[in-house]
Amino acid sequence: MIATHLPVLQVAVPLIAAPVCVLLRRGNYAWAFTTVVCWGLLAIAALLLDQVMSGGTISYRLGGWVPPIGIEYRLDGVNAFVLLILAGTAALMMPYARETVEREVRPGRQHLFYAIFLLALTGLLGITATGDVFNIYVFLEISSLASYVLIAQGQRRRALTASYQYLIVGTIGASLILIGVGFLYAKTGTLNIADLAVRVPALGETPAVLAAFAFITVGVLIKLALFPFHVWLPNAYAYAPSMVSAFLAATATKVGAYMLLRFVFTVFGIHFAFETLPLTEILLALSLIAVLAGSLVAVFQTDLKRLLAFSSVGQIGYLGVGIGLASVTGVTGALVHVFNHALMKGGLFLAAGAIACRLGATDLSALHGLGRRMPFTMAAVVIGGLGLVGVPITAGFVSKWYLVQAAFEEGLWPVALFVLAGSLIALAYVGRVIEAAYFRAAPPDAEPVREAPWAMQLSTWAMIAGSIYFGLHTDLTVGIAERAAAALLGGAP
Amino acid sequence: MEALTHANYWAAIVLAMIGLYAVIAPSNLIKKLIGLGMFQSAIFLVYITAGKVEGGTAPIIDAAYGVYSNPLPHVLILTAIVVAVSTLAVGLALTVAIKRDYGTVEEDEIDEQDRR
Repeated sequence: MIATHLPVLQVAVPLIAAPVCVLLRRGNYAWAFTTVVCWGLLAIAALLLDQVMSGGTISYRLGGWVPPIGIEYRLDGVNAFVLLILAGTAALMMPYARETVEREVRPGRQHLFYAIFLLALTGLLGITATGDVFNIYVFLEISSLASYVLIAQGQRRRALTASYQYLIVGTIGASLILIGVGFLYAKTGTLNIADLAVRVPALGETPAVLAAFAFITVGVLIKLALFPFHVWLPNAYAYAPSMVSAFLAATATKVGAYMLLRFVFTVFGIHFAFETLPLTEILLALSLIAVLAGSLVAVFQTDLKRLLAFSSVGQIGYLGVGIGLASVTGVTGALVHVFNHALMKGGLFLAAGAIACRLGATDLSALHGLGRRMPFTMAAVVIGGLGLVGVPITAGFVSKWYLVQAAFEEGLWPVALFVLAGSLIALAYVGRVIEAAYFRAAPPDAEPVREAPWAMQLSTWAMIAGSIYFGLHTDLTVGIAERAAAALLGGAP
Repeated sequence: MEALTHANYWAAIVLAMIGLYAVIAPSNLIKKLIGLGMFQSAIFLVYITAGKVEGGTAPIIDAAYGVYSNPLPHVLILTAIVVAVSTLAVGLALTVAIKRDYGTVEEDEIDEQDRR
């Protein structure tokens, strides 16, 4: 019986678990409880993906109310895949959480940290699972508000201003989505995504639908942090606690990409977005600037976490390229990159956190000679970094292969060139890290450093090993992503 | 008179623009939050106006009335108001923490301290 209620459990369990964490009072208890919850969520997500892959789209009626009046949770190949990424990232990061939260969060507040972490996870899972556009807005704000609080827990005071800046930009983005949803509702009288997918294309090119499309797309791009809207991202990721940087880098922008796919392909329809309106040109232009500019700025950073944050701006550009090409291969590439980038960037931020935990800093100058002093952590950074470049046998190669292939299919070889140029620039910034850690000797007066605690290494290596595994065994990720992309482009799910 | 029938929408546009300006222009962090609140309120006004049916009453089933305003936008906006209040609370809490750590709530002075 429980199997039929899995879609709602995916979202309700962390929502209910969050106040329980507050009641537990002790950081360690809250950590143990959150760990159990996260692994449970991963199990639910895996079961759901299995159900979707074997039995097709799941439609779950919340409270038994029949859609479109009632709220529906609708799971197809796309969001079941994203749910697995979210739950998997959270579960893999839990061993790491204990060590870093104990060090970075004030003792009286540790149980609250886990409560808010669970709320952020609830919001992200909710956005992904729901089939109702207003629900998307509400869950978006749940996850955003929780992220602002998590980012503000950073040890330096700049975390506060970074969080404030994200709050302002993020709220404007979410409000724009709210206006767009309002226009769609006024025009169609429904908030259900499957219902909208039928009624919106029938309306054609009316001003209200055009305005709704503009508001929603810009709002989602702000959350996705695609090029001109990325200003909030570098500071937020650089000054947040290590655990939060890694979690948000691996999940928050991925959910932004999911929202873009859902709104553009399912709600508005591929014909409206790409033939009536020039979304391909706009997305490709912004994404290619993001790839080049984000990666170039990353080369000149002096701090490892900021370098990784700007690299994220560039990598988000690859997602935009795949979505903008609007072909099955392109969207497959974007979805695979969502998965692979979550593993690689999650692992890299975890490694950066492990370095911060032992050195107290992540300046590149502090990294001198670290290849010998923290060999395992630095090896993880190197492998993750090579993944960002897109070296074969790493996962990053697979996604870029599909993106380049999609560009050639459309006859857009300059796009393929830009993607490859982005990889070369990535080689430059990864090279700077490697040079600092392996080819510079540690200063003679350097204090001895121990390797990071084993629990932190466990999480880091789980993510990094995953990025190698899925670089070699592409059937699973590419298979799921291809089916999901075909479903998205084939019209309503 | 065409414009007057849409007076609420014009008011919402003016409010939203004033709100956005107030988010961007001042360097005082609290004033920015006030602007943000205005921007959100303008959106609420759009929803509520769209739900109004001319000559309609409150949506309570009674034999004497046949025309009701659409209650759904009201419910949606109740939720959105809660979100806006929470956002304001988190924003003000951050501002308090910023004032404690930086000794100021003026953005230009904070930037100056960060650059040092």
